[in-house]
Amino acid sequence: MTRQKLMENVYLTCVPSEKFKTSLLSAQLAVPLDKETAGRSALLVNVLNRGTIRCPDMSAIGRELDMLYGAQLAPSVRKKGENQLFGFAASCIDDRFLPKGEKLLEKLTDLLGEFFCQPDTKGGRLRRDYVESERENLADMIRSVMNDKRSYASHRLLEEMCAGERYGVGRVGDAAGVEKISMASLDRYYREVLPKGRLELFYCGSAPEKRVAGAFTRAFAAMPRQGMIEPVPTVRRPAREPYQTITEEMDVAQGKLAMGFRIDGEDKAAAMLMNAMLGGATTSKLFCNVREKLGLCYYADSAYHRLKGLITVSAGIECSDYGRAVEEIFRQLDAMVRGEWEDWELEGARQSLLSALRAMEDSAGAMEDFVMGQAAAGTDETLPGLTAAIRAVTPERIREAAQAVKPDTIYFLKAKEDRP
Amino acid sequence: MNTVQYPRVGETVHRQTLSNGLEVITVSKPYHAKSYAFFAVRYGGMDLRFCQDGQWRDTPAGIAHYLEHKMFDMEEGSVMAEFAQRGASDNAFTSNAMTAYYFTATSQFYENLRTLLRFVSTPYFTPESVAKEQGIIAQEIQETEDDPDWRVYANLMECLYENSPVRIPVVGSAASIRQITPQTLYECHSAFYTPANMVLICVGSMDPQRVIEEAEAILPQTGGATIGRDYGGEEGPSPAKREAIQTMEVSMPMFLAGYKCRPAPGGETLRQSIIGDLACDALFGSSSPLYTRLYEEGAVNSSLGGNFDMLPGAEYVYVGGDAKDPRRIFDEITQQAQALGRDGIDESFYQQLRRAAYGGMLRSLNSMENIAVSMAEGYFRGFDYFSFPEVFDTVAKSDVEAFLRENITLERAALSVIHPLH
Repeated sequence: MTRQKLMENVYLTCVPSEKFKTSLLSAQLAVPLDKETAGRSALLVNVLNRGTIRCPDMSAIGRELDMLYGAQLAPSVRKKGENQLFGFAASCIDDRFLPKGEKLLEKLTDLLGEFFCQPDTKGGRLRRDYVESERENLADMIRSVMNDKRSYASHRLLEEMCAGERYGVGRVGDAAGVEKISMASLDRYYREVLPKGRLELFYCGSAPEKRVAGAFTRAFAAMPRQGMIEPVPTVRRPAREPYQTITEEMDVAQGKLAMGFRIDGEDKAAAMLMNAMLGGATTSKLFCNVREKLGLCYYADSAYHRLKGLITVSAGIECSDYGRAVEEIFRQLDAMVRGEWEDWELEGARQSLLSALRAMEDSAGAMEDFVMGQAAAGTDETLPGLTAAIRAVTPERIREAAQAVKPDTIYFLKAKEDRP
Repeated sequence: MNTVQYPRVGETVHRQTLSNGLEVITVSKPYHAKSYAFFAVRYGGMDLRFCQDGQWRDTPAGIAHYLEHKMFDMEEGSVMAEFAQRGASDNAFTSNAMTAYYFTATSQFYENLRTLLRFVSTPYFTPESVAKEQGIIAQEIQETEDDPDWRVYANLMECLYENSPVRIPVVGSAASIRQITPQTLYECHSAFYTPANMVLICVGSMDPQRVIEEAEAILPQTGGATIGRDYGGEEGPSPAKREAIQTMEVSMPMFLAGYKCRPAPGGETLRQSIIGDLACDALFGSSSPLYTRLYEEGAVNSSLGGNFDMLPGAEYVYVGGDAKDPRRIFDEITQQAQALGRDGIDESFYQQLRRAAYGGMLRSLNSMENIAVSMAEGYFRGFDYFSFPEVFDTVAKSDVEAFLRENITLERAALSVIHPLH
């Protein structure tokens, strides 16, 4: 894996590989996650996705991609720590599987550059019809989070727990904010963020680095580069005392419990392991006890938000079991504090994390996400570094990591009382 | 052992049928860190009524899925810990026509393989553990009841089919799973989990010969009798019901339209699936005239999509998404299919789709999981998935047009809609 500066505020990461049938290309802008601009970034990529000067509408773009043997090029918007990463990810069949002499890399890179630098415009501004229809689509998409109750509960938990923090801002903003974005303000945002946002480029495939760098340099030659918006470091806060409980109702059969904890400590490797043992796998404490022993739920798991220092726990339960489930989750966390685990639980979790890190090299998408995440969050973790850190964690450090976990917010989505 | 190279997809496959009837397939991926093993049974949610030793039996809905949950129990405890101790990650799924157990690992592949072979071939059920599972699966069922994507599909299947068990959810219902006992689980295991009714697929850098040896050492020596299955007989073209409407906590209306398709000619499963996929691309794929027009009008968003599904005795096209006026989209799709069937698909558009579809199939081989599932489906249904480039070459535009003309008609259609509560 290599990383180079291609132009001012433009960086290219190359991962040479012949393992895959396809090559992956990605171009992302990294900016601080902000309530005011999160929705604009998301809307912007969706508008840019509608047409370029050369391919001005969806059927022209569709035709172009189909003719590149079903190449894919799609907008992507991600939250990485307290920064937002937005742009396009593209992939195409690797040259090895094409009729002799066909080359797709340059064509797809050119198209990627066009999406950023040459949108189809009217009177020099982004097209009104595209802005209006994508604004409606994006607002609909954000509102549809409620369709998936599990994600909705996790989303509401972070909104409430991190209200007023960047981390509480949704990946693509909120529906009400998106609906207020005017054409003029989006056009202004485009002209401002394009030259200033840090542009991260990524390639994984069989082409040599020199050819890749050449293709990207040509495709992005028209990209204005002036000024600089840097990603921001993540701000950590102590947990609320006492923790808050928020209950909301919907017409549902099953209750969704989402609990948020803050980690008052810096030992990331120990926290990763601690989380894996608590709720990261089907042999974790939450799965074995809340599900297997007590039969309270179908799923109970935990996630470690490494870049922000949070742990969230999620479970789908019978509404009347709320008290038992919360109590059991606290009990399992206590067990971690007291060091109550078998050797294999720790070693298994360690092997599982190491294995997951190793298996990342088998997925171009996973490598892209890791590299882009590091770039967006301004961190400099490496896979070998994480691997070594996980190997070195001691039981004592895991207990300390568990001790540093403090409850902040419990969110419960429950069934309406009058539901039959 | 039979080794076949597939230059057009860049794969090498080793196959052997063991003396007990088990098919063992190894797909070589010498440069991957990860290894994957997939052990599948031709037994799924649809296999409720079957014939063993000359006797027809009816079993409760959801039993294949329940059995999958309980297979992880061994006399010494849950087998999950064995995988976990080695850092391997294991899981399982039950679909309409298949139950599969699998793991991924970056080390100790053969140890994990032995665990997989052993636990899937060893039934161990107690009244207590079977009773306890009721609570867990009841929660899983409740979760599906709150899931609009699941509901819109389940409602559509109930509309489309009269007798086929595809209309019954794979997980069953709270009432049906209450009838499941250790005895029924043992009986279903002994009927279906026989080597001749299973396939073992490994993808990675493992030694194919060693995989065969491990399977021979652990699995039963004999294959088991062929099980008769009853999928409710051949159904007519009309759906049981035209429409299903449900109200749920969703943000906007959601729909799924279904078209009951004619059965594929014998021995043409792979070819028919390619034709069906191309028909879907031509009709409502993201570069199709209909999709782009409806999207540009604001009548649909990027959630619009669908596919052609082939299950035993039940082949159908489904298409759906979020839309303010589901009925209008449904009508437009049906009309467009008839127009394409009658007037023909534009030749240059068809060539464009062919290129894209070929790329899409090749792309799917990036995933070990996709490879294993496609190979297993192919094995159970009698085709070789990696031969798709050759089969693809035999498909003509007229095949796709005929598919649309014959299958995507109002007569064969049903519509399932979920409306928001508020």
